[in-house]
Amino acid sequence: MVNPVTEIKKPVLRIQNLHVSYDKNDKGKYAVANVSADIKKDQITAIMGPSGCGKSSLLRALNRMHELYPNIVTQGKIFLNDVDISKLSNIELRRKIGMVFQSPNPFPSMSIYENVVAGYKLNGIKQKKNQRDEIVEKSLKDVALWNEVKDALHKRGNFLSGGQQQRLCIARALAFQPDVILLDEPTSALDPVATSKIEDLLIKLKKNYSIVLVTHNMAQAARISDYSMFMYLGELVEYGKTKDMFTNPSDKRTEEYLMGKFG
Amino acid sequence: MEDQKVIVDKLSSKSKDARRKASNGIFHGLVILFSLITITPIILIILNLVEKGYRQINLHFFTQIAPDSWDAMQAISQGKLIPGGILNGITGTFMMVGMASIIAIPLGIMIGIFLYENGNKRYANFIRDITDILQGAPSIVLGLIAYLWVVKYITHGFSALAGAVSLAIMMLPLIIRPTEETFKMIPNTIKEAGVALGVPYHKIILKVMMPTGLSGLMTGILLALSRVIGETAPLMLTALGSQYVSFDITKPASAIPLLIWNFYNDPNLVNLIWSSSLSLVAMVLALNLISKRIASKRK
Ligand SMILES: Nc1ncnc2c1ncn2[C@@H]1O[C@H](COP(=O)(O)OP(=O)(O)OP(=O)(O)O)[C@@H](O)[C@H]1O
Ligand SMILES: [Mg+2]
Repeated sequence: MVNPVTEIKKPVLRIQNLHVSYDKNDKGKYAVANVSADIKKDQITAIMGPSGCGKSSLLRALNRMHELYPNIVTQGKIFLNDVDISKLSNIELRRKIGMVFQSPNPFPSMSIYENVVAGYKLNGIKQKKNQRDEIVEKSLKDVALWNEVKDALHKRGNFLSGGQQQRLCIARALAFQPDVILLDEPTSALDPVATSKIEDLLIKLKKNYSIVLVTHNMAQAARISDYSMFMYLGELVEYGKTKDMFTNPSDKRTEEYLMGKFG
Repeated sequence: MEDQKVIVDKLSSKSKDARRKASNGIFHGLVILFSLITITPIILIILNLVEKGYRQINLHFFTQIAPDSWDAMQAISQGKLIPGGILNGITGTFMMVGMASIIAIPLGIMIGIFLYENGNKRYANFIRDITDILQGAPSIVLGLIAYLWVVKYITHGFSALAGAVSLAIMMLPLIIRPTEETFKMIPNTIKEAGVALGVPYHKIILKVMMPTGLSGLMTGILLALSRVIGETAPLMLTALGSQYVSFDITKPASAIPLLIWNFYNDPNLVNLIWSSSLSLVAMVLALNLISKRIASKRK
């Protein structure tokens, strides 16, 4: 039985013939090779695969992060809600697609409060104080951090635990109310308790946000993702419902990976 | 059997303990010895300066200009303290070091950021080499260069501006390298966090990287200040010295180290070198301590 509601929703992201290469002189060597996929709206999509298969490279193409490094070449098209992302300005694109990194990276010079609204402040987006207060409270409540930090909002976040810092970083991404949140192994630096808190959080967030999650951890993908991609040597080998992929993988390489034969 | 083995284990661990204790003892001894060797000259210098200079240190010493030789001679012959102070030196030092900072701090930070951004490109390495050469250049040579550039062609005479330029050239490399090192120490993901929020690159540098590395930048700046505040040789060729308090940057100016040199060369004023040196050392020490404090707060 498929849920008819999720089936009729348009994909939030459409990736078409995406190539990423780290060496503009050697175009034959791709970290991401000809990947095409539609990312479903308000679902968690996991990207799995052995180390070096191109998961991060794919994820970072989705918000044009690669533009920071002149040596990286990306080809192909990506549409966000039918808009070609190469036509959007940096700020337009990144308000719609937030990103969370592998190790927590709150801005060390800013207070917890400033971190949450950093996207607004650093871009010079003017707001009234009560508007800002609201965004801070809502974002921190969304990541279940409000009760833990509401008395220390104007302190720097360096006393927070790793898991709390990572939730702060998710709050910083949520503050823009994006359509999509990209997460690159967000729990790999965290202990199991902090990890399960973040997993619970992601499941809650998918009501309002489309989530793309790179993970090394197959059990994590199985626990929380609705759709899964399996990548190998830059190629998208298999993409489908997580349940189907785990119970009945259609490609031999996926099966071997899931059985722990490599990676 | 079992018991015996335990006893043997205990014995051997005891002798290991003893050996460890002995080597610990030697190590502690060395630490104390080396600390004494390094701290003794500093303590002696300060004790000497305090002993010889404390009598001259009073409010007048900081609010009056340097006395002339005649007044000093009369005071000495009457068994009184030498009148006057080092106000013209203090104002000159603050003016020239201040101007040098206005030139060198923004420029040094910009060049440091440029080197950080351009990592291992050929021209970046070239600038790094130049910076190292500049840092190793004898300060009197830098004074000569400021003389050639500023004294001869801009102010047409000895001037505070020329003095400030010579000090600024000295400060530059001392600010450039710590700036680059500080930026390199900031994790790349902090920068990427800014990029992921759509923040323009120059704002990431100004509003994320600079505040994050602030203590590192401050340390470099304070050490550069403490380095140039006592410089004498380049100022002799540029600012020359002045008997009066003057804030005209196109005119000669005094500085505390210049005053010390003047006092040293005047038999009637020579007693003032101790109190002047004590003030200078206190300023340098304060700058150093502040920068150490800031540096130790960095994680
Ligand atoms: N900055 C870079 N410069 C050059 N090559 C790179 C760079 N980053 C990644 N690569 C290469 O691109 C390929 C894909 O790397 P990517 O980081 O996307 O893999 P990944 O699946 O995220 O791996 P991991 O699970 O280890 O994070 C690898 O072969 C890697 O060596
Ligand atoms: Mg990766």
